[in-house]
Amino acid sequence: MIFVTTGTQIPFDRLIRAIDEVHPYLGDVELIVQVAESVYKAENFKIQEFIAPKEFDDYFDRAELIISHAGMGTIISAFVKNKPILVMPRLAKYGEHRNDHQLATATRFDELGYINVAYTEEELKEKLKSLQRTPLKPLFNIDDYASKELISSLQSFINLK
Amino acid sequence: MKILAIASTGGHWIQLLRLKPAFQDNDVVFVSTKPNFASTVKGYDFHAVPDASRWNKMELIRSFFKVWKLISTTKPDVIITTGAAPGLMAIIVGKIRNIKTVWVDSIANAEKLSMSGRLATYFSDKVYTQWLHLANDKVVFSGNIIQ
Repeated sequence: MIFVTTGTQIPFDRLIRAIDEVHPYLGDVELIVQVAESVYKAENFKIQEFIAPKEFDDYFDRAELIISHAGMGTIISAFVKNKPILVMPRLAKYGEHRNDHQLATATRFDELGYINVAYTEEELKEKLKSLQRTPLKPLFNIDDYASKELISSLQSFINLK
Repeated sequence: MKILAIASTGGHWIQLLRLKPAFQDNDVVFVSTKPNFASTVKGYDFHAVPDASRWNKMELIRSFFKVWKLISTTKPDVIITTGAAPGLMAIIVGKIRNIKTVWVDSIANAEKLSMSGRLATYFSDKVYTQWLHLANDKVVFSGNIIQ
């Protein structure tokens, strides 16, 4: 199963359209797609606007691949659950976000080798077309909590009289 | 020590929960913008405040008063947030009421501090960035929430 998730606030038609167009190449894989207020109507799959936290976790656990915007919530969950993730950053010029911080985050994490990134719809489609031949792998795995350095710095500040 | 830990939805909330070990041995009150997030912090005191992420003026005012009231009734010694708007409000209330405050800017802000984070530098006792290259004399780097 491929879980596509794009946050709960702003649509992301560019991503949904690209997946819809490339759908025939994906084989008979199940697609769960969550996107808010989508204007684009996908032909090949149903869209869910909002998914409750519990259900979200279940989909995440079941997924062989996560496709998402470059939202930190989803990226962190992929790291924790050791799932391969392919992200396409939202861009301000298309009205997909207030600014281009998703592009900055995606670029940084890409440079660190932590995530697979498609910067354009074309790149996304290429990566999805070759998925059956070369499946994407999880690139980075973390446990449940922040770095010890940050925790201990916070602890000493919190407990400072 | 009583800690009020507050963040809006999505990445902000997930990042706040990753700081939990820093709160141990203290009372913690969690605050977010979705009532059903209570299920993600079972066993803890949890409150929801109206979302003001779109900077709608009425919402902003309503949210600010809710945050103010919550801080008045829970009386925390420390306020900690990973953003965004409701966290900034809590930091401002903390400043007015002389409560110790900490802002941890989201790891999503890899190029510059978030707008709320930049505002927080005027009100918060301590501001962290999660990127070494963004640290300066007002903003501290000490690791991040992922490793």
